[in-house]
Amino acid sequence: MKTVGRLGGWPVRCAAAAFLTAYACNRLAAQVDRTKPPTLPPPPALKLPVIQTATLENGLTLAVVEMHKVPVVDVQVMVDAGAARDLADAPGLATFTAAMLQQGAGTRGALEVADEAAFLGAELNTTASFDGAVASVHVPKRRLDGALDLLADVVLRPAFSDSEVARQRELRGAQLVQQRDEPVAVANIAFPAIVFGAAHPYGHPLNGTDAATAALARQRVVDFYRTYYRPAGARILIVGDVNLAEARRLVAARFGGWERGDVPVFPAAAAPAPAARAVYLIDKPGAAQSVIRIGHVGPPRTTPDWYALDVLNTILGGAFTSRLNQNLRETHGYTYGAFSQFAARRLSGAFVALASVVTAKTDSSLIEFLKELRRIRDEPVPAAELAKAKAYVTLGLPGEFETTSGAAARFRELLAFGLPLDYYDHYIERINAVTADDVQRVARRYIDPDHFDIVVVGDRSQIETGIKALNEGPIMYRDVWGQEIK
Amino acid sequence: MPRNAAVLIALGLLSVGPTIRLPAQSLRVPYQTFTLPNGLQVILHEDHSVPVVAVNTWFHVGSADEQPGRTGFAHLFEHIMFMGSRHVPTGEFDRQLEAAGADNNGSTTEDRTNYYEDGPANALALMLYLDSDRMGFLLPEITPEKVELQRGVVENERRQSYENRPYGLADENILKRLYPSNHPYNWPVIGSMADLEAATIEDVRRFFQTYYTPNNATVAIAGDIAPREARRLAERYFGDIPRGPAVTRTPPPAVRLDADVYATLEDRVQLPRVYHAWHTVKAFADDDATLDVVANVLAGGRSSRLYRRLVYDLQIATDVVAFQDGGRIDGKFELSATARPGHDLAELHRVIDEEVKKLADEGPTPREVERAQNGFEAQFLSRLERVGGFGGKADQLNLYNYFVGTPDYFQKDLDRYRRVTRAAVQRAVRTYLVAPHRVVLSVVPQGKPELAVKAGATP
Repeated sequence: MKTVGRLGGWPVRCAAAAFLTAYACNRLAAQVDRTKPPTLPPPPALKLPVIQTATLENGLTLAVVEMHKVPVVDVQVMVDAGAARDLADAPGLATFTAAMLQQGAGTRGALEVADEAAFLGAELNTTASFDGAVASVHVPKRRLDGALDLLADVVLRPAFSDSEVARQRELRGAQLVQQRDEPVAVANIAFPAIVFGAAHPYGHPLNGTDAATAALARQRVVDFYRTYYRPAGARILIVGDVNLAEARRLVAARFGGWERGDVPVFPAAAAPAPAARAVYLIDKPGAAQSVIRIGHVGPPRTTPDWYALDVLNTILGGAFTSRLNQNLRETHGYTYGAFSQFAARRLSGAFVALASVVTAKTDSSLIEFLKELRRIRDEPVPAAELAKAKAYVTLGLPGEFETTSGAAARFRELLAFGLPLDYYDHYIERINAVTADDVQRVARRYIDPDHFDIVVVGDRSQIETGIKALNEGPIMYRDVWGQEIK
Repeated sequence: MPRNAAVLIALGLLSVGPTIRLPAQSLRVPYQTFTLPNGLQVILHEDHSVPVVAVNTWFHVGSADEQPGRTGFAHLFEHIMFMGSRHVPTGEFDRQLEAAGADNNGSTTEDRTNYYEDGPANALALMLYLDSDRMGFLLPEITPEKVELQRGVVENERRQSYENRPYGLADENILKRLYPSNHPYNWPVIGSMADLEAATIEDVRRFFQTYYTPNNATVAIAGDIAPREARRLAERYFGDIPRGPAVTRTPPPAVRLDADVYATLEDRVQLPRVYHAWHTVKAFADDDATLDVVANVLAGGRSSRLYRRLVYDLQIATDVVAFQDGGRIDGKFELSATARPGHDLAELHRVIDEEVKKLADEGPTPREVERAQNGFEAQFLSRLERVGGFGGKADQLNLYNYFVGTPDYFQKDLDRYRRVTRAAVQRAVRTYLVAPHRVVLSVVPQGKPELAVKAGATP
């Protein structure tokens, strides 16, 4: 085997041939004490990339994070145009508008936009969540100029032609048909519909309904775009092989002319009143597994309790050794994985515990879920378990900033929720300050088994009797949209 | 998150190769390597940009090494590797790593099984301690109960990722028609439920003793390391594991189809989908990279030929996918498209054949080839951002080492794509997609076999 570098001399001592040297190596190795894990040196000092910001004349905020290891750049244009803005009669409008940005822009038609992005080796994405829209490119540094030209066309000069709106509408209609066949997708749509209700900005399907899609007119898209795609509420985050001055020059040349406009305030809907615990059953005949979602409305991302919630969720269902996964997967083998999360949202998000479990163990799985979700409230978390969770969160932090897309995701979170830009400088001390009392306090405050919405997508004929026998609440029957069956 | 039967094939490592016009040394991943007396090869790569370390272990065994009646066993065994070893009680592997801020995972393909730990640089000794304990001292701790438990987990993985997922059983239905029953690629990595049920603790012992030996493994350590110290730790923890018997394999028979094979699978889907599959070439063989470019020209994103025809112009399909999947023993090219409501597979099938024939007759445009090369280049660069995980630098060093015999093959891999010409693309389409026979699998809604593509439907 080829050996280069400083260790060039070593293979003579430990490589295959000589008996004596091999013996020496083995003797050395035989001294290993395997009875306890090695004592580790102290963890490396935290050294995260720094975020710098500038504001352009038209109110647009630019944020830059320099990372020079690999010549790539990640650019994210964040716009305050999320699906919480969807009109009541047009669910799916925000995601549809985001998708339409790429269907012809500037001088290029839809396929030419795609062709140009591919030619540049740029991953071009335009999407919307409930809280905002993002247009992004991830591209080699040497093609950054062209990629930014294309991105500016997509964000500032989308064509929204009639024919492309019609084409996109047809495609989305077909995708909605496909979505019904996918039990996980059905659960992910039904759960928020049930938790938030149709009147709440988070309660409708992100990608709309059949009827709303069929009725989507070009003018709705144009109006939505004109209202919300404005620089005042927008931010451009650039992470990678650039510096601030260069980024500022590149962005000002392309986005400096973005026309100002007042964006309506984000809807401030109150969370719906919690309903009594119930099981919502969505029938999927023949399903090999039941897809389970258990939860209710949670806190907004900006709650001061977020640090304690981070620790709580790591203990409960945020990591492989978390309680839910250890119980449902590693102790019982009911599932390939069981997890939980508090969704990070501008308004109250949702708490959800989730798994796909073998059909025959649906009731047993619900028992274990509810047991763990009650235990985390009723019993203080043991010190070792708390320490493990805090270490996992704090010591793993540097790894999250290793890649440009990873760092972009972390910094985007700060910008999206208006968190302080030095957030991560204090993150570790805040996490380390969380006590067992804190964990129990936020568990009791933000996990409320009396008001769980338990959504199960599975084979009703196989699972209904077992679920009824649990006596954990009435069973309601819902369709694939989470709506009452008429 | 955990322990998936990796289908890295299609989307991941092998189809992602680049073309780049940067200085050659930009793509060097400097490494050092040495082999312990027990045969374990270790590869070291320094990258101090972030204080993290990645330990990535490849065992040169995969589902292709399984015996009849035991499909899925290599992957089940991968799960059992996390169930504790002599000095590491059950559950401690994951707990100790998480308490050190580290993540871990494993995956299995037809050809290899890999495991990684990623975490802060100070956790290296712990990672090697844990990995070496299960390499050296797994067996005494494995009980029938532990096998039973992970059997349940893996069966749920099969349900979640294949049986309860629309079109999820297409792949195994293609494989068993593309390869004869005595060929090691005849069955899917996840295996069959019946075979998973049949696996015994005796199988675990035999498999471990045959394949989980230091001489059948390589360990790559990449990241913020001091090479001398990393070497000392590797020798310390792995040095006393005894060498095992050499692994011998009988080369499988060469395969080809003597006739087109048409098959139908009824599934819980509303929209039918058609799959085409052809035999091609192994990973890194001549034409492997060319076939990646072919896949890109035909169906790589919205600027591809089939997307334009099927999804954009004719609007008869919702999606179209194509990829070259080269393994150690053989390769295949797969192409699939899903019909829109109101359209049938015969329409899709006809257009696919037209476009494939057109590409064979006329070849690609210069822009199409360059565009594909640029895309590969970009993906390649982005992969160099990470030392760990599946597809990070440590994993990639192991991959190149196993498939082509040298860890730092990054630049040469890139060159394969750079060399692809229009003529090569045209010739590859003729050679692999037009001339030979293929498997055509229709996945249709239950009770509607009449929606399948019929034999001889091609003009």
